[in-house]
Amino acid sequence: MDIVIVVADAVRASVGPLGAAYALTAIGLNLHYGYTGLLNFGHVAFLMVGAYGTAVTVDQGGPFWLGILVGVIAAILLGLLFGLPTLRLRVDYLAIVTIAGGEVLRTVIRSGDKDSLTGGVFGITQFATTFFGANPFPEGEYGWGRLAFTERQLWVAVVAWSLVALATILLVLLVRSPWGRVLRSIREDEDAARSLGKNVFAYKLQSLVTGGVIAAFAGMIIAIERQSVHPDTYLPAGTFLAYAVLILGGTASRLGPVLGAVVYWFLFEFTDGFLRGAISAGWIPGASSRRPTSARSE
Amino acid sequence: MADGLRLGLVLAVASVGLSLIFGVTGLTNFAHGELVTFGALVAYFLSASGVVPEIPLVAAGILAVVAGAGFGWAHETILFRPLRRRKSGNVSLIVVTIGLGLFLRNAYLILFGGRPRPFDEFTIQTAVDLGPVSLRPKDLVVMAVGACALLGVGLMLQRTRLGRGMRAVADSRDLAAASGIDVDRVILAVWVGGAALAALGGVLQGVSETVETDMGFGLLLLMFASVILGGLGTAYGAMVGGVLIGLASQVSTYWLSPKYRIGVALAVLIGAILVRPQGILGRRERVG
Repeated sequence: MDIVIVVADAVRASVGPLGAAYALTAIGLNLHYGYTGLLNFGHVAFLMVGAYGTAVTVDQGGPFWLGILVGVIAAILLGLLFGLPTLRLRVDYLAIVTIAGGEVLRTVIRSGDKDSLTGGVFGITQFATTFFGANPFPEGEYGWGRLAFTERQLWVAVVAWSLVALATILLVLLVRSPWGRVLRSIREDEDAARSLGKNVFAYKLQSLVTGGVIAAFAGMIIAIERQSVHPDTYLPAGTFLAYAVLILGGTASRLGPVLGAVVYWFLFEFTDGFLRGAISAGWIPGASSRRPTSARSE
Repeated sequence: MADGLRLGLVLAVASVGLSLIFGVTGLTNFAHGELVTFGALVAYFLSASGVVPEIPLVAAGILAVVAGAGFGWAHETILFRPLRRRKSGNVSLIVVTIGLGLFLRNAYLILFGGRPRPFDEFTIQTAVDLGPVSLRPKDLVVMAVGACALLGVGLMLQRTRLGRGMRAVADSRDLAAASGIDVDRVILAVWVGGAALAALGGVLQGVSETVETDMGFGLLLLMFASVILGGLGTAYGAMVGGVLIGLASQVSTYWLSPKYRIGVALAVLIGAILVRPQGILGRRERVG
C-alpha cells in the first residue's frame, strides 16, 4: 500500500467538486439549523429536486439555463410545501414532514418507468453537455502527479467552489443584517421574538426556502459532475451526513460548513483508501476487497 | 377496501405506542419503526429461520411480542430515563432516536440480510369469498387479532388504574404527579406496552406481506401520518388515524397507480396539519 497515493486521493476528493457540493449542502443546513434552529431532516430532498429539476428540463429538450431555473423553482416550491403546514407548530412536525416528504418524493421518482419523466430507477444521464461545452480550460491534466484533475473536473470544481464562496458571502451578509438578527432571536427564544412583534412564521419560511435553494445548487453540482441523476443518491442518510459535516465544522459558524466538508471528505476517502489498501495487503483477515457499491453514493 | 382495513388495523396497532410515548414524554420516537421490525424479525427467527428448533408461528408471535415488550423496557431504562433525568432538550432527544433508528436498522441488516422473506407457514392461501369481498384467511386472522388488540388497549385505558394513569399523564404530567401518580412507572409501562404493540404490528405485517429489515421504516412514515391525523399523544386518535390512513392509501389505488400509495398518505398528513393540526381527536392547543 502506498500511503502517499491514499493521502493524495483523499486530498483530491476533499478539494474536488464533491467536497464543494457538501460544503454548499452544509451551508444551506447551517442557515436552517445553525441560525434559525429549524430541525430539517429532509435536507437531501432539496438536493434531489435541484438535480432533477435541471436533469428533467434538459432531458425534455429545454436549454441548460432553464434547467437551473427550474431546479431553483422546484426547491422554492418544496420549501413552501414543507414549511407552510408545519412551521406554525412544534419543531417535531417539521422534522416528521421533512423526513417523510423526502423519502416519499424519492419513492415516487423511483417508481416511474424508464420512459417516464424521471427515468425511474434508471435515472437520467448526459444532460450537462452544454455545461461542459462551455469549459474554458483546454484539454489536459492540471495539478501535480496524483493530485491532478482533468479539465472537466477542474471546470466543475472551479464553478462549485465559486458557488461556495458566493453562498458563504451571501450568508455572512444575511446573518449580519437585521433579518439575520431576527433569525438568531427565533433560534434562541421563539416566543420572545414573537412578543416583539416579529412574524416568526414568515421568517422561518424565508430561512427554509433560502437554505433549500442553496442546497438545490449543491444537488445540481453533484448531478453535473456525474452527468447523471439517480433516485438512490438521495437516501435519508444523506441528510445526516450533511448534519455530520455541519457539526464537524461548527454549527452557526461562517466557515464551519466549508471546513467540515473538506475535513469530512478527506477523512472519508482516507479511511476508504487506507482500509482498501490494508485489505489488499492482507492486514485484515477475512475481508474481501470488493468495492461496496453504495459507499460513495450516500 | 378490505385490504385497506387490514393495513389500517396493523397501522393502528403499531402506532398506539408511538402516540402514547409522545403523549406521556413529549418524545417523537423516530426509532419506533425499528420496534416494529424487531417483532417481525424475532417471530421469523423463532419460527422459520432454522437456526433454533422451529416453533409454530402463533407461539413465535407471542414470544416476539414479549421480546418486544422487553426491548421497550430496555429503551426506557437504559436510554431514555437517564436522558430525561439529565433534562436533555427535545431536539437532542429526536436526534438520539434517529441515530438509534439508523443503528438498529443497519444491525438488523447485518444479522438478517437484505432479502425480504416470508414466514414459512401460511404463505400461499386461496382467497375465500365473503359476500362482496374476497380475502385470504390469514388476512382475516390478522384483522381479527388487530381488532382484539385495539379493543384490549381501549378497555385497559378506560377501566384499569394503570390505563387511567396513562391518560392522566398524557393529559398533564404535572397535575398527574401532583395527584399521586408515579409518573416514571407510568412512562415505563407505556414504553413496555407500546413496544409490545409495535412488535405485534410487525408480526401481523410480516404475516400478510414479508419480513424485511426496513419494513419498520417504511411503516414509520405511515404511522406518523396516522398519529398526526388522529391527534399526537392520544391513543384513540392513533387508532382512528391508522384505520383512516390504511383505507385512504388503499382506496386511492382505484384511481392512482399503487406506486403512489405512500404519496397519498403524505398528502393526507400535510392536509391534516394544514386544516386541523391537533388531529381529529386532539385538543386545540395554542402554538404561536
